Amino acid sequence: MLKGNHKMNPLGKALLQFWQSSIGRKIIVAVTGAMLVLFLLGHVAGNLLVFQGKEAMNDYAQFLHTMLHGQGVWIARIGLLVAFGLHIWATISLTIENRAARNARYAYDNTVQASKSSRIMIWSGMTVIAFVVFHILHFTVRVSPELANLPDTAYAAANPGEARHDVYAMVIKGFKNPLVTLFYIVGVSLLCSHLSHGIASIFQTLGIRSRKSAGFEQKLGWAISIALWIGFLSIPLSAMFGILKENPKPHHKAEISPPPASVQVVATSQG
Amino acid sequence: MNLTLKVWRQKNPTDHGRIETYEARDIPSEASFLEMLDIVNERIIETGGEPIHFDHDCREGICGTCSLTINGVPHSKERGITTCQVHMRKFRDGDTIWIEPFRAKAFPIVRDLVVDRSSFDRIIAAGGYISVRTGSAQDANSLPVGKVEADEAFDAAACIGCGACVASCKNASAMLFVGAKAAHLNLLPQGKPEKDRRVLAMVRQMDAEGFGNCTNQYECEAVCPKSISADVIGKLNRDFAQAAVKEAVS
Repeated sequence: MLKGNHKMNPLGKALLQFWQSSIGRKIIVAVTGAMLVLFLLGHVAGNLLVFQGKEAMNDYAQFLHTMLHGQGVWIARIGLLVAFGLHIWATISLTIENRAARNARYAYDNTVQASKSSRIMIWSGMTVIAFVVFHILHFTVRVSPELANLPDTAYAAANPGEARHDVYAMVIKGFKNPLVTLFYIVGVSLLCSHLSHGIASIFQTLGIRSRKSAGFEQKLGWAISIALWIGFLSIPLSAMFGILKENPKPHHKAEISPPPASVQVVATSQG
Repeated sequence: MNLTLKVWRQKNPTDHGRIETYEARDIPSEASFLEMLDIVNERIIETGGEPIHFDHDCREGICGTCSLTINGVPHSKERGITTCQVHMRKFRDGDTIWIEPFRAKAFPIVRDLVVDRSSFDRIIAAGGYISVRTGSAQDANSLPVGKVEADEAFDAAACIGCGACVASCKNASAMLFVGAKAAHLNLLPQGKPEKDRRVLAMVRQMDAEGFGNCTNQYECEAVCPKSISADVIGKLNRDFAQAAVKEAVS
């Protein structure tokens, strides 16, 4: 693996050694994990705009797609893809080594203080990968035509010649299927289990955990995990149980200008 | 006390090994765990059998030679002591006790419950030392060391290198041992000049020996007979990152 190492410049050799070392890869896991946690906090905060109504949600979605002349969303996507890929690559390679290092198991297996979440990290992580793929196909690629062709009629009426996707309606329609919602519950729950160990681990791996700070860091990890769990799952559950309505009328009536009659027909036919 | 022992027996490093059952009758509750094994072994020898091989030396908790994973926990579930300090009064009459070796690929089994922990020696040889003679104990005021640093270094230096941290770890990671040995020297003025070189060399040797990678579950700190805190692992991570960056840019 290190063949030809003598030809490398010192910086390249140092980077390769960092990459190959146990702690080096752990630091990569921690840094990419921190990036993904920050993304999740932004993602949940943005998504909760769905409770503000159709206009707020669709304005936010439009902002994401138009910021930095439309480049912003791609910068974010590429950054997330790189972080996600590195996180998966490093954890899988570390896990393979870990299994090899404990090649014989105890006949009497015992655990003193390791949390259940910490012991299923690779499995919760694998489920999250499957969930993320499904989630992107569901709401980003929109493989289902039912979710793909949803123009924001109110916006089109107010801004002639312009069109935008009705993300609000898509979210509510997307969670009408109980199986989809169930998969979201499983995926998000395992994600939060993953984070309940992962967030506190970031501090230890980056060397900023001490006896004084350890308790706070673990509680912060739990708090963020629980907040994300409630925040993310509130949306599919509210959509499924009809708390979020596709055409919220009385509450938002004053805020949106009445659409023309032709559009009105389209909107009601969707409900 | 009458006990049932489930003991790992393995003739040599290549033997597959198996759990064998022994009835340990009339064991005095004031016997230590190793004395209990001595009694069982005497009876095995009397009947012409091969005694159970296990490591032991000082039998007072300071040498780090005894090992044994007792009911799945290295040095038993009693906190802050070694196997030789465990007494039979901690068990109940009629108990079944599982006795296995410290398990890790980097600790190959020599025979029965005896494992080869020389991988630890090679990690120390890679960097767990100070290259120059630092002299005899000198006047307390000639080399000032802060109280906090002195306490941290002393806590880390309490490591007896028994390997319970590795045996308890789900990944057979040696981070608590390496962290303790590196912190003990890195915190003190005599050890500081070689800090970066030491951390890089010890971590690389640890990786080369086939130990696993820490996943921050802290089983090690729970079973450490010297109650060394996983803080030393955080410090090792920090010191390694700093040393790696310095190495890359210098």
